[in-house]
Amino acid sequence: MNERLLGILTDSFSRILIPGLTMTIPLTVISFALAMVIAVAVALVQFAHVRVLTPLARFYIWVIRGTPLLVQLFVVFYGLPDVGIILEPFTAAVIVFSINEGAYCAETMRAALESVPAGQIEAGYCVGMSYLQIMRRIVLPQAFRTAFPPLSNSLIAMVKDTSLASNITVMEMFMATQRIAARTYEMLPLYCEVGLIYLLFSTVLTWLQRIGEKRLASYGAVKE
Amino acid sequence: MLEVRNIQKSFGGTPVLKDVSLKVEKGDVVAILGPSGSGKTTLLRCLNFLETADGGEMTFDGEIIQLGRVQKRDIARIRRKTAFVFQNYNLFANKTALQNVTEGLIIARKMKREQAEGIGMRMLERVGLADRRDHYPIQLSGGQQQRVAIARALATEPEIIYFDEPTSALDPELTGEVLSVMRDLAREGMTMLVVTHEMGFARNVAGKIVFMENGVVVEAATAREFFDHPRQERTQAFLRTLDTPAAMP
Repeated sequence: MNERLLGILTDSFSRILIPGLTMTIPLTVISFALAMVIAVAVALVQFAHVRVLTPLARFYIWVIRGTPLLVQLFVVFYGLPDVGIILEPFTAAVIVFSINEGAYCAETMRAALESVPAGQIEAGYCVGMSYLQIMRRIVLPQAFRTAFPPLSNSLIAMVKDTSLASNITVMEMFMATQRIAARTYEMLPLYCEVGLIYLLFSTVLTWLQRIGEKRLASYGAVKE
Repeated sequence: MLEVRNIQKSFGGTPVLKDVSLKVEKGDVVAILGPSGSGKTTLLRCLNFLETADGGEMTFDGEIIQLGRVQKRDIARIRRKTAFVFQNYNLFANKTALQNVTEGLIIARKMKREQAEGIGMRMLERVGLADRRDHYPIQLSGGQQQRVAIARALATEPEIIYFDEPTSALDPELTGEVLSVMRDLAREGMTMLVVTHEMGFARNVAGKIVFMENGVVVEAATAREFFDHPRQERTQAFLRTLDTPAAMP
């Protein structure tokens, strides 16, 4: 490897990593947190068969899952200004990512809620708890445990999907890489480098998932 | 204490309970017997509103409830005076043995934690499982889970406990420990309504037997009369099918 290339790669490493830490990660964390709020709400509405809201929830999931994420980003960032709604790139990205991820995670949560045996709810009623108390204390904690691996999956996918935000001028990792590549013309090494940094982020998350799963393990060993 | 009159219930047009009536006095242990599909479990579930009956009337503690159009408020109030033990235990999977017992006290009855845990430990001691307080259901045997479920039922000081085939899911060698806890409760004067296949329990512990078939009560009598001098032909036939003689549990 020649010295010039080595210099570019070491020099660019921090320039890619810093937007990764200051943009990609906040974008992911904020969007995923909001997505979880949406997911739980949308899943509970369907689980409890709330009138009017249940068809709305199905409609939301149908539309969001049925259209590309990139198209959704363009509609919100480039399209909405036509009707007078102008959003900051980061804001637009958070809105789209949370709404998009929320639809997928809602289905994960719904499946997890439905996997909790009906007897758990009946037992809750029989000790005098209300529906909401049973949901909060018994059903949701069990559902979260079931949903944890697939939700971790979604989170890891989302870290990588944030690269699409470069298309709406969010200055995240991938966009930073594109800029350096445009200046230096070292496409292959630079895109591989940013790929490795995404892999690094995903590795950390995989590792966190494993710790999380151990914590949640089967209401497992005797409580300490 | 509890009386139901003409309770009816159908599932998708198929009648499961046809005008069933039943009376339980304070301190009674009533066993509901009958072949599978006779409606025993459905009856018990209707009494605690896990199923909504189509019609009928219930008197609980002097309060009259129309079962076909019962209000949520009434359901909640009556449930607070009752407890239910399920065939498959239904312990809260995400709670320890002690938490299972205290949950209804702390969450539903807003009792202070220390007080609830005191009661919880006493109830676990009563079923012989104080040393399992921090075990999760998955770490307990079926018999132990059912005893925790009984402790959970006792914790709220119910006026009546409904048992839905409490030993049917257990290995034969584990039924004894559960039945012996139930026998102790009966001796202490707890009012119990027990759907069971355990003839030994019915004969030796229950004071009254209700025999059901095809959604109707065929015969209701004291345990002695029922087993020794059954009046209905159908009851006699049922008793003959019990090939093993009723043994003490």
